[in-house]
Amino acid sequence: MIFTWNTPARDGKDGSEEMLLAFDRGRPVRVLVCPAWFDEANKLRRFTVEVMRRLDSAGIDSLLPDLPGCNESMVPLAEQTLEGWRSTMAAAAGALRATHVLAIRAGALVAPEGLPGWHYAAQSGPKLLRGMIRARTIAAREAGIFETSEDLMAQGRAAGLVLGGWSIGGAMFAALESAEPALGPGQSDIAQSTVGGPGPWLRAEPGEDAGQAGRLAALIDESVGNPAP
Amino acid sequence: MTISHDLDEAGLDRELKGLIADVLGLDPAQAEAFGPESGLFGHLPELDSMAVAGLLTEMEDRLGIVIEDDDVDGEMLETYGGLLAFAKAKLDPR
Repeated sequence: MIFTWNTPARDGKDGSEEMLLAFDRGRPVRVLVCPAWFDEANKLRRFTVEVMRRLDSAGIDSLLPDLPGCNESMVPLAEQTLEGWRSTMAAAAGALRATHVLAIRAGALVAPEGLPGWHYAAQSGPKLLRGMIRARTIAAREAGIFETSEDLMAQGRAAGLVLGGWSIGGAMFAALESAEPALGPGQSDIAQSTVGGPGPWLRAEPGEDAGQAGRLAALIDESVGNPAP
Repeated sequence: MTISHDLDEAGLDRELKGLIADVLGLDPAQAEAFGPESGLFGHLPELDSMAVAGLLTEMEDRLGIVIEDDDVDGEMLETYGGLLAFAKAKLDPR
């Protein structure tokens, strides 16, 4: 279930060893999961793994690598860039022999475009930043400090920013300001309304919804035309 | 997901309660019991700054409004009535 893989060297820096959670039984359909980011990653963790369990029952392998700098990763998050995460996910797709990609929320920003697959409730960079900046201004105001979104955006762009406990580097921040999810060939959107029910990322306390996880997995199973296991 | 600007008051109330139910993981029936004085930010431990930010961002999407920094104050977030009055004013600024 828990494995490691090595990211390739990049920009003159050595690669790193990263962990992944996988349901890997060497079956023909292998779905690379690009997880939600930051706070949403926590909120969607159980949901994501439940979808993977359902795919496993349907005879589909799934592979969920950590984004470098997140979870068990040893590399500093503040040094990560959008381009770096994109190339890491593309490398993971190759190293793990993925045949499809399931990108969740902001995961759609780093989904390898060479794989067919699905963007579930894709989140844009500007919306991701807007939510996190807003959380910071609200928390600051509670503490009697007045920060404006505009100032924080300028600061983030120039030198990076810590938002909700996540150190987002300047390059990552600037790239996110205009990052929109784009569907690659053979990729399609799955809107929350198709899955039904409230978006699990909205929950203040991480929750789970087996019904939603089951419906998302069923949509994927149907879409690959996987024969029943 | 954006809903119509000519949402009537009962419709807005329903939409906002549904959204709070989604954020807090309540049954629609529990959220239905929210009244003007029901406490939100500062009263419900699970409604932290991150959750409030998510709630406001979702309000922007669902109601088709833009919420500025200056709009967000204690009064607007403290009670359900405050949030409803804010949303109403944003939708119909006359």
